[in-house]
Amino acid sequence: MKVPFSWLKEYVPIGITAEELEEKLFSCGFEVEELIYLGKDVEKVVTGRITKCEKHPDADRLTVCTVDCGGFGVKQICTAATNVFEGAIVPVALDGSTVKHEGGIQKIKTGKLRGVVSEGMFCSGEELGITEDHYEGAEFNGILILDAGTPLGVDIRTVVGIDDYVFDIAVTANRPDCQSVYGMAREVAAILKAPLKPLDVSYTPAPTDVVIRVEVREPALCPLYAGSYVKDVKIGVSPRWMRRRLAVMGLRSVNNVVDITNYVLLEVGQPMHAFDRTYLHGDKIVVRCAEEGEKIVTLDEKEFSLHPENLLICDGERPVALAGVMGGLNSEIRENTGDVFLEAACFARDSVRKTSRALGQRSDSSARFERGVYEISVHEGMGRALHLFEELGCGKPTTYRTAVGKHADPARMEHKSIETSYGKLDAVLGIHVPEGEVVAILERLGFEVSDMGATFSVKVPLWREDIDGYPDLAEEVIRSYGYSHMTPTFLENATVTHGGLNLAQKQELHFKEALAAEGFYEALGYSFYSPKDFDLLRLPADAPERRAITLLNPLGEDLSVMRTILAPTMLANVVRNVRRGNEAGRLFEVANVYLGEFPLKELPEERKKVSLGLWGDGDFFDLKGAIEGAAARFDVKLTFERGERPFLHPGATAVIKLGEKEIGWLGELHPALANELALEKKVFLAELDYALLSRKFRREIVFKPLAKFPDVERDLAVVVDEKVTCAEMQACILRACKAAKSAELFDVYRDERIGQGKKSMAFRITFSPDPASDKGLTPEAVDGFFNKIVGNLTHTLGAQLR
Amino acid sequence: MEENIEKVVEEAALEAEGAQSSRALYEVKMKFLGRTGKVTALLKNMREIAAEARPAFGKRVNAVREKLEELFSRLEEKVKERELAARLKEEEIDVTLPGRHQRAGALHPVTRIKSELIEIFSGMGFEVFEGPEIESEYYNFTALNTPADHPARAMQDTFYITDEFLLRTQTSAGQIRLMEKKKPPIKMLSPGKVFRADDDATHSPMFHQMEGLVVDKHITLCDLQGMLDEFARKVFSETSKTRLRPSYFPFTEPSVEVDVSCAACGGKGCSLCKGTGWIEVLGAGMVNRHVLENCGIDPDEYSGFAFGMGIERIAMLKYGINHIRLFTENDVRFLKEFED
Repeated sequence: MKVPFSWLKEYVPIGITAEELEEKLFSCGFEVEELIYLGKDVEKVVTGRITKCEKHPDADRLTVCTVDCGGFGVKQICTAATNVFEGAIVPVALDGSTVKHEGGIQKIKTGKLRGVVSEGMFCSGEELGITEDHYEGAEFNGILILDAGTPLGVDIRTVVGIDDYVFDIAVTANRPDCQSVYGMAREVAAILKAPLKPLDVSYTPAPTDVVIRVEVREPALCPLYAGSYVKDVKIGVSPRWMRRRLAVMGLRSVNNVVDITNYVLLEVGQPMHAFDRTYLHGDKIVVRCAEEGEKIVTLDEKEFSLHPENLLICDGERPVALAGVMGGLNSEIRENTGDVFLEAACFARDSVRKTSRALGQRSDSSARFERGVYEISVHEGMGRALHLFEELGCGKPTTYRTAVGKHADPARMEHKSIETSYGKLDAVLGIHVPEGEVVAILERLGFEVSDMGATFSVKVPLWREDIDGYPDLAEEVIRSYGYSHMTPTFLENATVTHGGLNLAQKQELHFKEALAAEGFYEALGYSFYSPKDFDLLRLPADAPERRAITLLNPLGEDLSVMRTILAPTMLANVVRNVRRGNEAGRLFEVANVYLGEFPLKELPEERKKVSLGLWGDGDFFDLKGAIEGAAARFDVKLTFERGERPFLHPGATAVIKLGEKEIGWLGELHPALANELALEKKVFLAELDYALLSRKFRREIVFKPLAKFPDVERDLAVVVDEKVTCAEMQACILRACKAAKSAELFDVYRDERIGQGKKSMAFRITFSPDPASDKGLTPEAVDGFFNKIVGNLTHTLGAQLR
Repeated sequence: MEENIEKVVEEAALEAEGAQSSRALYEVKMKFLGRTGKVTALLKNMREIAAEARPAFGKRVNAVREKLEELFSRLEEKVKERELAARLKEEEIDVTLPGRHQRAGALHPVTRIKSELIEIFSGMGFEVFEGPEIESEYYNFTALNTPADHPARAMQDTFYITDEFLLRTQTSAGQIRLMEKKKPPIKMLSPGKVFRADDDATHSPMFHQMEGLVVDKHITLCDLQGMLDEFARKVFSETSKTRLRPSYFPFTEPSVEVDVSCAACGGKGCSLCKGTGWIEVLGAGMVNRHVLENCGIDPDEYSGFAFGMGIERIAMLKYGINHIRLFTENDVRFLKEFED
């Protein structure tokens, strides 16, 4: 919300600087996002009268002027402008001044033009940063000629209306009443403990017989509709003070009638609309919903085809305005308009928002309605507009003024009332605010307080629909009284509770730490990506991953579907890193995927997954080892079997199993895909279902007594066919002998002696004695085990002892 | 036989003295004193000696054996000493060569800050509750006192999935789920991902929040500030202070914006705090009575406060991270800066 300092001062006497006011507003909950001094780029430019104009001796295009700058003395200025003349009063940029120039600042210094001294420069409106609405002639392509009576030697900023500040204030959503100059003036008056000048809504109505009947068919969407008839309207230019205020707020002057409606919107916060009554057929206004396919052409000459949820203002026959959004072209104010029907109404916030969004048609009015317009401002706005018609002399407000709605009569509007006690306010705040202070603060903010000892009741002002109960009053009190009065306490009266992470939360953190200990860095990805990511992974059309939850209003297709698999994000991480020259890396992410049937009928399942990626340094077995290592910390043993995924190397892909259940996959990125992504080094990816994995995490440690006798290790090397896998051999070894507890592969060897299509596999086998036995393992017993194992390997897998 | 013995002794001494390594020496020893050694062989030959001479012969051989054993052990010691000296010389290393270690990775800065905050508040008795990331409109808005036509709905640009389901815009949604299940006293933290349809230099469509909620008897705004002071001291610096100023959230009343004194300049004003001495860190307030009612908690008996902060924001302030984008780019150079 932009508020000019000078406009505030019209309603509140302000004896402090703009910067001081900024600070006070801030501490009361109104953050000034920007304090703009309108004349900041224009320094040392004063008014001067041209007393003599002579041709430059050496340049036909230049004129040498003598200028009387009042207190700044007489100056000689050379100019190329052609609209200067003796007697003209003009802005003179003196030596050392600054003016606006092509979006920046230009410094002006005394210099010579073709040998003649020029002690500055005359300014155009553009160089002062002003428009025609600030000063007539400002948009003329030449020097700005000021009014004849303008005093000399005066700072130009005070003459053209830019010696002013604009506060750009962040108004919170609960305070639509502050979305106007007068609304902010009310707050400023309360903050400064200064009187607030009432809005002048007075006028002398002219008699009339005209009746424009208003019928509201949708009272829920239009709780209050006020209208009035203004006659003898003379369309013309608005006075300079009004045009300047509109200009400061960024609005262009159109004509006096349209300007009045805009002015009231800014000052009172009430959107207004003026119809040319001549074009209101049947002297009738009907507020109703559009019929399907009904059409309207708005002021900006756009045609819209409407739906029943669009609220319309119609005359006796046809739509004349899109309620709260924009008037119709058919009844707009024209140069020859003589009769005006003025509208001020309260439309439901939601209705205006929906219409505005659905049609893509926004206006200052619709923006204002979306923030919230209270019914009291309908009456204030109408009164203020009628007053302005009279003040500007551009039309006569008449005796015909009507309002339709429960609150048609402003005098009979009901005030909310709250009964509470000082103690309750103190209990919210935790400090005692003196009773007298509470009453004074509330009264300054427009509340009527009836003090009844310990309790009191307040009548809430009509513009404060946000006030709902005593906690709101506590807030009003403390923001005025000052948060600096608070004494921080540390839950003096609260119950002691036990806090911390639960087991699952702790385990998740420890699992992440375990992956970090394996050399992996934790990554973090968006929860959504592109549906094209599924194509990139070459997932078949019926892949379950493709049944992803889709956003209705994504920022773009790239971020439009909820993740069902984390791999695309990990792959994107790898690609980004490699492109940035990070040749090697290891990443993991623990995050949810979202699994639901679309359209969603209930909350989807959010399933935690862990995704891993490794590139540049390391291979399949580094990634596999990291996964095994992290799982082993929680006493979980995973198994791996040959598997396939469309995006992975067919010869280097494993499915990861926990018991009989498949819980993930691991593999090398398919070389064709790597090639497509310009990844020169091998990339390895894995993904596991963390929810299933963590379900098997060891919950607590159970102590096992130490073995009485030591384990015995034996190495075994056998030659097998290439196709025999390590896992098969291990299973075969362990099955052969109960005492064999583990068989770890430590060497694979191929050479001509062993033969083509064969390999030598060497295992270290650990034998443990039966814990129930009171004897250790004898060398003879181990020899026996060893022979049994060799026998089993030979029999089942065709192995030969080396 | 006697000359035979002498010959063997001489031979043994000669060979032993000539052995250069402990292995060679051992072999010599075995050659003479082993089971099939020459000295042992002498005893085996006793049969060829007259019976009466046998005891003397045996004695003699044993004496020789002892003498040789003594010789061998003396030589062994010498050889070993020599060998050790050679090994030490051989094993000399360049101690300035680089060391080896398994390089550990690191947790993401968001996880680090999250853990740090959880640790601080756990000590104050807060438990951790994580709600769903896809929420219903009821939990994200309506129950939080933000009905459909409320202007605050427009405050946050929401990603919708259907009219009813959306990506949560705030971890406050978790408040309701917890309060429906658990009755006061409540002290909970709700960390997690939140989503806003906003993507520019300072906004990310996904970021992390940490919500805190306390509901009990006699809770006041002063308690809120006291707790936040403690938080600021632990997270930023021992001398940090907080400043409250009025704000608005539909689910709290009164609502405050909380600034923390700038740790970089100690409140004097610097480029980080834009000269104000204060940095906006979080939003908070007393839980709105309607919110308590929506969860079946009597607002006349209980009161509470809630606060919510952006985890990335805290991380940016604490570590001096200059761009929100860095959190999701996963550039390993960035992530490596957060190693322990």
